[in-house]
Amino acid sequence: MTAPGPGLAAARALAERHRVKWWEAAPWLAGIALFFLLPSYLAFGTQLVITILFALSLDLVMGYAGIVTLGHAAFFGAGAYTVGMLAAHAGWNEPLSGLVAAALVAGAIGLASGYVLLRTQGLTLLMLTLCTMALLEESANMGHEYTGSFDGMPGLQFQAILGLFPFDLLYYRSQYLYALVVLFVCFVLVRVLVYSPFGQSLTGIRENVLRMHAVGAPVRARLVIVYAVSAAIAGVAGALFTQANAYVNLATLGLDRAAGILIILILGGYGRLYGAFVGAIAYMVLEHVLAKAYPTTWQLGVGLLLIAVALYARNGILGIADALWRRLRAAVAR
Amino acid sequence: MDLISIALGGLAAGMVLFIVSVGLSVTMGLMGFVNLAHGGFAMLGGYVIVQAMKVWGLPFFAALAIGFVAIAALSVVLERLLYARLYRASELDQVLFTIGLVLVMIASITLVFGPETQTVVLPEWLRGQTDLGFIRYRTYSLAIIAAGVLLALGLWLGFERTRIGAKIRAAVDNRRMAESLGVDVGRLFTLTFALGGGLAALGAGLGAEILGLDPQYPLRYLIYFLIVVAVGGLGRVTGVFFAAALIGILDFVLKIQFPKGGTMFIYALTLVLLLWRPQGLFGRRAG
Repeated sequence: MTAPGPGLAAARALAERHRVKWWEAAPWLAGIALFFLLPSYLAFGTQLVITILFALSLDLVMGYAGIVTLGHAAFFGAGAYTVGMLAAHAGWNEPLSGLVAAALVAGAIGLASGYVLLRTQGLTLLMLTLCTMALLEESANMGHEYTGSFDGMPGLQFQAILGLFPFDLLYYRSQYLYALVVLFVCFVLVRVLVYSPFGQSLTGIRENVLRMHAVGAPVRARLVIVYAVSAAIAGVAGALFTQANAYVNLATLGLDRAAGILIILILGGYGRLYGAFVGAIAYMVLEHVLAKAYPTTWQLGVGLLLIAVALYARNGILGIADALWRRLRAAVAR
Repeated sequence: MDLISIALGGLAAGMVLFIVSVGLSVTMGLMGFVNLAHGGFAMLGGYVIVQAMKVWGLPFFAALAIGFVAIAALSVVLERLLYARLYRASELDQVLFTIGLVLVMIASITLVFGPETQTVVLPEWLRGQTDLGFIRYRTYSLAIIAAGVLLALGLWLGFERTRIGAKIRAAVDNRRMAESLGVDVGRLFTLTFALGGGLAALGAGLGAEILGLDPQYPLRYLIYFLIVVAVGGLGRVTGVFFAAALIGILDFVLKIQFPKGGTMFIYALTLVLLLWRPQGLFGRRAG
């Protein structure tokens, strides 16, 4: 009887990688702990949770499917404006059905734009995603009667969540838990998706598109579907933003937000689910501490950090942590 | 406003776009490098030009020359030190790196000069209006159009009639083949990158009157530079020229006709155009 070879160990690691690990409870426990321990930071916590959700949606297209986009805020904004316009003009201010509506609208835009855009690649695709977002931003700017142009729509009213928990704009208690629950539901969905055969084929497309074509995988259909799903989730994040803050404005649609979420995801590490969490927490906590006092220095720091990440640490914080962990284990084993 | 003056105004804006973006087109065509920081080089050049006039009291043209040289030199340094490491990197890494670079440029300029808009003081003879016989128009806009056309002619001659231009064209069309024939594409790239940076600086200085000049410049016009390059086709000087003229005039006309949603048409048009011809209006299909 010989010891199991490295092939067997690798096969076991592959077969078991979708299993829930013990540390995966940590972010949720931390999320609940924040609610009780730091009640005065719940407004910040709510924005943090929404950003994590948005980054998670980007991870799906960029980290797993390898689609580089500069226009992901288009879907965040689409969701945000859907909920805002329904509440302001149609009197539809029930929050949960608002989320569904936002997901449907953003998903439909993702499906339509993905269908036409994803036949291109490289610079052209980058340009097209940017143009789609600019187009939406300009429409929101133009449709003054419906969208309020530059000022957006302040002072929106929403019903209590499930008729039980009213939104409070002072302490954000119900918003925070609401956003956390929505994030959890979406996260479970994304996690199931990326470990499913569908998700595996996305990774295949990212790693070697020619081979995926060669084995007969419907490459474009898969890309379009994941683009639409990701758009829907980004739309939910946008809708949460509008509902939690009771306003929506053009900033939800701009290049700043699109570039910002890209930075957050890269900082955390893309293509690994928890990169969205780590990146959002690291970026937003630093921003919260530094950006108000030293906005320009903050910008300088983010720029330098990005350059360093692009040159030296392509897998972000989690990538660095992974490498350290592996080195530590090797040292202990020796 | 009558038709001719609208066309002239648009053409002047288009020429500024051309001068700034032409380098981007060639460098992207050569290396396939997604350089979102190109506008940053333009902005830095604009600031050098403004400072040269304000602090050293240099005349307009001497300041333009200094701006060109300074940014060309800076381009060489950054290209050798940083860009060169990322040629074989993924698109995503290039996007990140250049976004980072742009943020550093914006923040440094804001730290040193503050967020205010800078103004370029034009020499006496470029102010006022000139009588063209059939129309009187702003002298400066006419001068910009002339400068743009002359530059385009010079670049076209350089590209089509010199040995180095032939090498660049060869490398854009098929880099591997050019390399195997002994063309040093890396050197060519450094050269074109420097030229492109210098021209961008020139464009920002010349165009400060039209596009303005402040720390947000690189991001505000990023999409315009990219549209011009994408529509014109990568690595095509003439393509960029016509695309810039087209976008400049269209943008000008649309902003006058539909002050609220004019730019929307440009985005929509670019979308449709790129879906129809991903290689741009004037570009050749890669392969």
